[in-house]
Order: sequence, then C-alpha cells, then structure tokens
Amino acid sequence: MFTGASNLADGVDRTFVFIFSVAFIFIIGITAFMIYTVIHFSRKKGNEAKQFTGSVKLEIIWTVIPLILVMMMFYYGWVGFAPMRKVPADAMKITAIGRMWQWEFDYGNGMKSTELVLPVNKPVRVALKSEDVNHSLFIPAFRVKEDVIPGYDNYLWFVPTFIGEYEILCTEYCGLLHSSMLSKARILNQADYDNWFNDFKTKVSQPEPDGYLLLRNNGCIACHSLDGSKLVGPSLKGLFGNERIVTSGNSQITVKADEKYILNSIYDPDSQVVSGFSKGLMKSYKELLKESDIKSIAAYLKTLN
Amino acid sequence: MSNTETGTHVSYLQHKGKYKGILSWLLTTDHKKIGLLYLYCIIVFFFVAAILGVLMRIELIAPGETIMGPQTYNGMFTIHGIIMIFIIVIPALPAVFGNFFLPILIGAKDVAFPKLNLFSFYLFLIGAIFGVLSQFIGGGAPDTGWTFYVPYSAESSTNVIYALIAAFILGFSSILTGLNFIVTIHRMRAPGMGWFRMPLFPWSLYATAWIQVLATPIIGITLLMVIAERVLKIGFFDPALGGDPVLFQHLFWIYSHPAVYIMILPGMGIVTEIFPTFSQKPVFGYTAILLSSLAIAFVGYFVWGHHMFTAGISYGSRWFFSFLTFIVAVPSAIKVFNWVSTMYGGSIDLKPPLLYAISFIFLFMIGGFTGLTLGALAANVQVHDTAFVVAHFHYIIFGGMGFAFFAGMHYWYPKMFGRMYSNKLANIAWGILFTGFNVLYFPLFIIGLQGMPRRYFDYLPQFQTGHVISTVGAFILFTGLILMVYNFVYHIKRGAIAPANPWKGVTLEWQIPSPPSHENFDEIPVITTDPYIFGTSTENKQK
Repeated sequence: MFTGASNLADGVDRTFVFIFSVAFIFIIGITAFMIYTVIHFSRKKGNEAKQFTGSVKLEIIWTVIPLILVMMMFYYGWVGFAPMRKVPADAMKITAIGRMWQWEFDYGNGMKSTELVLPVNKPVRVALKSEDVNHSLFIPAFRVKEDVIPGYDNYLWFVPTFIGEYEILCTEYCGLLHSSMLSKARILNQADYDNWFNDFKTKVSQPEPDGYLLLRNNGCIACHSLDGSKLVGPSLKGLFGNERIVTSGNSQITVKADEKYILNSIYDPDSQVVSGFSKGLMKSYKELLKESDIKSIAAYLKTLN
Repeated sequence: MSNTETGTHVSYLQHKGKYKGILSWLLTTDHKKIGLLYLYCIIVFFFVAAILGVLMRIELIAPGETIMGPQTYNGMFTIHGIIMIFIIVIPALPAVFGNFFLPILIGAKDVAFPKLNLFSFYLFLIGAIFGVLSQFIGGGAPDTGWTFYVPYSAESSTNVIYALIAAFILGFSSILTGLNFIVTIHRMRAPGMGWFRMPLFPWSLYATAWIQVLATPIIGITLLMVIAERVLKIGFFDPALGGDPVLFQHLFWIYSHPAVYIMILPGMGIVTEIFPTFSQKPVFGYTAILLSSLAIAFVGYFVWGHHMFTAGISYGSRWFFSFLTFIVAVPSAIKVFNWVSTMYGGSIDLKPPLLYAISFIFLFMIGGFTGLTLGALAANVQVHDTAFVVAHFHYIIFGGMGFAFFAGMHYWYPKMFGRMYSNKLANIAWGILFTGFNVLYFPLFIIGLQGMPRRYFDYLPQFQTGHVISTVGAFILFTGLILMVYNFVYHIKRGAIAPANPWKGVTLEWQIPSPPSHENFDEIPVITTDPYIFGTSTENKQK
C-alpha cells in the first residue's frame, strides 16, 4: 500500500491510517493490560479476589468513547468514498467488458483493447459490463474496485496520476480461471497516448477474421492459446489437419483434427478428450455456436498452422 | 450436591436406559449424549475441512500449479467453506456445549423437547453427509464458493444442487435447535432463577437462538430458489433468464450476516463463564454483557449490505449500511472491556481454559478492528474480496469462535468425561496453536492490502513471500491441533479422575458430580442468589 497512483488513493489511505492507528493503540493497550493483570493478580501470589461487580460510570465511558471513535472511522470512510461516486462531466468514457476469463476495454467505434491504456491526469469513467457471470474490476494501485454484474450498469472512475504499468485483477470469483483474469493498465503521457491511439485506430480498421472474433467473443482463447502454450485446454496452434491422441470412453484412439473433429469437440467436448487434459472442464457450445460459425472457426484455425 | 461422595451416583455415560450398546447412543434423548454425538461428528468433519485447508495452503506455496489444478482447487475452497461454515461453525457451540450445558446451567433435567433434539441431530448428520458426498459423486465437487453467487452457481456443471440441499437441511437442524433452546430457557429455568439470575452463557444462547429461528428460513428459501432456477429454469437470479443477480446477494447475506453472530455470540458466552471462574470474581458488568448480546443479535440483522459495498448498490444504501456496521461494533467493544475488568483485581489461575479465553480476546480484537476497516467505505474498496477479508474472518471465526470452542473444551472436559487432561500438554498445544494461527493468517492481511484477491488458484510473484509464510503457519497450526486433540483423546480413559469442581466454579454445573447423572440433578435446585457469587462476603449481594 501507499503507492497510490490515482486521485482517489489519498482518501482511501487516510482511512486505513486512522483505523489502523486506533486499532494498534487499543490492541497493544488491552493486551498489555491483560498480561499485567494475569501476572499482578496471580493466585500463586496469594491474592484475595476483590468481589466488585461493575461500575455504571465505567460502562458509560467505554460505551461513549468507542462510539465516538467508530463514528470518526465511519466519517473517514465516507469522506474518502464520496468522490468515487461523483464522476466529472468531462471524463473520458470507456467500457470494460468482463467475460470468463478475460478483460476487454471498449474505446467505442469497435476499438477493443485487452489492455487499459490511458493518458495521465485525465479523468476516466469506466462503465462495467459482464457478458456472463459476476466479475469485479480491481486496480489496486488506483484504489478502485466495482463488481461487473450482468444486467447492471455499474461504473467506476478515477484520474491516474502517475505514468506506469498497473495490475488489473478480477476480484469476484468467476469460475475455473478466475485467478488468470488479469490485465494491465498502462498510463502514458498525452503524446504517447495519442500515438498509441492512432496506431490502434489503423489496426482496428483492418477487420479481424470471423473465426478469430468468434473464438475471442466466446471466451475460447482463455483456455486454448493461439501461440502453442499449454493452458487448461490444448492450444489451437498447429491443430488443424494433424493427428491427435484422444481418450474416447475407456480407450485411447488417434483421430485426425478435421472439421468434423472440431465440430464434435465444440458440441460434445467430453466425448473425445486429448490425452494429458481433463474431462468435465468445458461445457458444450451447441446453443451458442451455429455450424456455420464452426466452419469460420475451422477456416481460421487453418491459418494458424 | 448431596450424593457426590456417597457412591450411589451413576453417570450419564453408564446410565441404563431403554436401549443397550450402540443404540443407547443412537436413540438417546439425553441432551448430554446428543451433545457428545455432535461433538464427535464435528471433530471428524473439522479434520476433513482442515486437511482441505492445508492442501490449499500447499498449493499456494508457489505461483502456478503446485499439487493440484484450478478445478480441484476451486472445489476445495468451496467444500472447505461449506463444511466449516454450515457443518462446524454455525452448529458447533450451540449443538455441543449448548446441548450439554444449557439445561444444567439453568437447573433443568433436559431440554424442552428431547426427541426433537435427537431429530435435529439426525437432520444435521444427513445434511453433513450430503455436503461431503457432493465432493465425490457425479459432476465433481461444487466450485461456486460457499456463497453460491448466481449466475455462476446457476450455470456450473458441478454438484451444486447437492451442496445446496446439504445447506438447506443443515439450516432446518439449526432452526429446530434454536426453537428448542428458546422454549427451554423460557419454561425450564429452576425455581428462583429469574431472567437476571441466569448465567451469561445461556443468555448468549438465547440471543443466538432467536437469530437461528428468525434468519435461517431466509437462506432456506433462497437456496430452494437457486435449485428451482437450475432445475426448472425459473429466472429468479440469473439475468440470462431475466433474473436479478444482486437480489440473490441480498437474500444470501440477510441470513449469512446474522449467521456470523450465530457463530460468535455463544463463543462470547463461553469466555464469559471462564473469566469469573479463573479470577474467583463475579462477572464485571453482568447487565452490560447481557444487553450487548441482545444488541448484537438485534442490530446484526441490519448490516448485511456491508458484504455488497462494491456490488453496485446505491450510494445511500452504502453509507447507511456502513454506518450501522460501525454501530454494531460498539457492543463487542463493551464486552471486551467487561471481560478484562472481570480479571482485574481477581485471584487469577492461568489454567488452559483461561489461556484460550485470553487469546480469544486478543485474536477477536484483531478480527474486530480489521472488520471495522472493511466496514469503512473507502477502505472497503481496496480490501473487499481480497486476502485481507480471508484473514479477517479467520481471525473472527477461527480465532474467535474456534478458540472459544477450545476454551470451552478445556473448561468443561472434566465435567463431560469425568477425567482430567494434562495441563502441561494443553499449554504446549496452545503455544503451538496460537503461534501457528498468527503465522498462518497475519501475512494474509499484508498481501490483501497489496491487492491479492481471494479465491485465487494462482497469483502474481510479488505475493509469494506472504504465501510462503502463511503455508508454514498452516503446518504449525495443524501440529498444535493434533496435539490438542491427542491430549483429549488420550486422557478420556487414562486421565486422573476429575473432582466435581476442579476449577472452583460457582455456576450449577460445578455443583453436581463429574460426569453428571442421567437427569443432572437429584433434586431440582432452588436459586436464591445471582449466578456469580464467590466466597461468602456480603458486599456482592447488591447488583
């Protein structure tokens, strides 16, 4: 902590400092008092127990003082939090899309990036959209977090105040690869940002192949890499047209990865599981992908060889 | 009272009832035997869940896959949570010590409905077995977390339904136990025991019982709604079916926050019995402790929203729930001051029960203050759903309720089994346990503040130091647990014979032989004084 890189960090950190200071004083004080009591009034020293039963005065004191302290804690928390709900009118608008298990940041006009790239010292409002289950967008360095819930228009906003790279994490459990649902916030100076933005615009104007878009939008590439690396499922690189050893029922057979194999693997994943991988992790996409979609995917996979 | 030395005394363990052998246990309606049945089941399930916890800690010793894959890990934290929360933490104190000692402490022969009590136990057992089975059959261990958040829990292909049914059945067991205790406390107090002459452990059970009866039905209905959603595709919560996922969170926490008080209130009650006995002094501020229990039970209903500060609830409801969360902290603080003052000026005998009770205060304070951190809106944004929360609730639930349970075990063991455990071994086990506990959970506060989310199978390299220390702590803690349980098990037959009153306590359980007879009292006692009167001095007669 105390490496806050946004306008909201101070309010949050002040709350921590206040509560932790009070906590430290009380925990150390009461613990020391208990140790003193146990030693000083030890039965071994032959102490007679004094038979008093209470004191209204003390009860009032230790009701009122904690009440005042917790109200101060509440106040610090509230004051630090209030600005988080007041978005400046001139804030840049970006939509963060959460899906199992990747983040995507929509800059409008079909410009979607897997990283959140922003200019320094400019307020930004991030609208939060989920395409499947609950997620939560968390950028520890900026002290921002808000759940990404399907059907809800949640948002958060902040002004990044330092140039640098910061982690983005998902903090609402969202299934198998919850802990891999990571991204980065890259804060650039205005000139670098403008360059990045223009490059990005030109890149987006060249359309991505349909097959790729289908893989990305259905979350396939969270488990099946396109570059040969082994994730939860086998990589899609070098798949098409090659032979695969699969477990089908109780026996191992070798099959050729043709269009029929790909269709079967998408509609009924557990019927043939590539050896070295586990059953039961992938659901059927029968209701989500049409046969024509799978043809486009197969066409795209050919280009990966 | 009378026949301790006469030799005519038959302990409840030797009592000849309608049935013999194993049936005398399985069909017993004796509240003490039912308490022990719960105790044995809970110890078994506790070790199952604790071993899952250790396995998770081993997995987290390094980033990436160490000993298990993500699906296994996700199933493990779910089952760990379900077993710990629904099978152990919620029922343990009322069902074990409540059953065993509530009737004795109020001078009754049994609870109001002994057969219902046995029925609650079997519901508990069926629910518990369902919960554990969900790990092994069909589609694999449920992987939703114990919170069952929709839409994921509506879509996961694992055994979510078994786990939901388990929690539903366990809920019923909890409701019936609560009902039984409320009636017992209202109707069966010994003659002369007015409400304000009742010891404070029964008072804490009374506050708890009302939460069990009033709040648990809500979770029952909510879990049924999730089942209906999964099976019949009725859109209550899943937006894909037109439902509202945040509604689920509201309904879930309307029960599950008060449930935190079901867990901790009886624990507070137990240590409230222990401090006066080992200080030979009346409880300081009897009325204040009693009222704070009731205040916690009441205000505790209205703070559930603090689990949802980042869920997109309105600005107004965020500060409202935050405000009430801070209010509910005050009664807990009052209790801590009163416990400490109970010891002050006493004649203190630092035996294992007191050692556990004092460490309860220490751990509970850390858990409490970090709870305030989570209740403050600005700080919550940073630490919500991180390892900080994991550390916080383990300090409250394990450090609070768990240590209170251990305190209670060490306090009442001689009464329950008629034998003494080894004090020396108990002290060593405490030292290991207490050290291990802090080494295990404290680093999680630090990495949580740095941004380590919870329920993460894998993590970024900067969090590794904290995780490694924590895993080492898990092994120390587990060693302490084994040693503690060994001390109990070994001495159950071999320990020195326990006298009726080994700690010089003054509440009713210490006035009868160890172990008690089948009906506890030969003659129902008549109560003429306040519950915590030590010595013969007259000054303590006024309140």
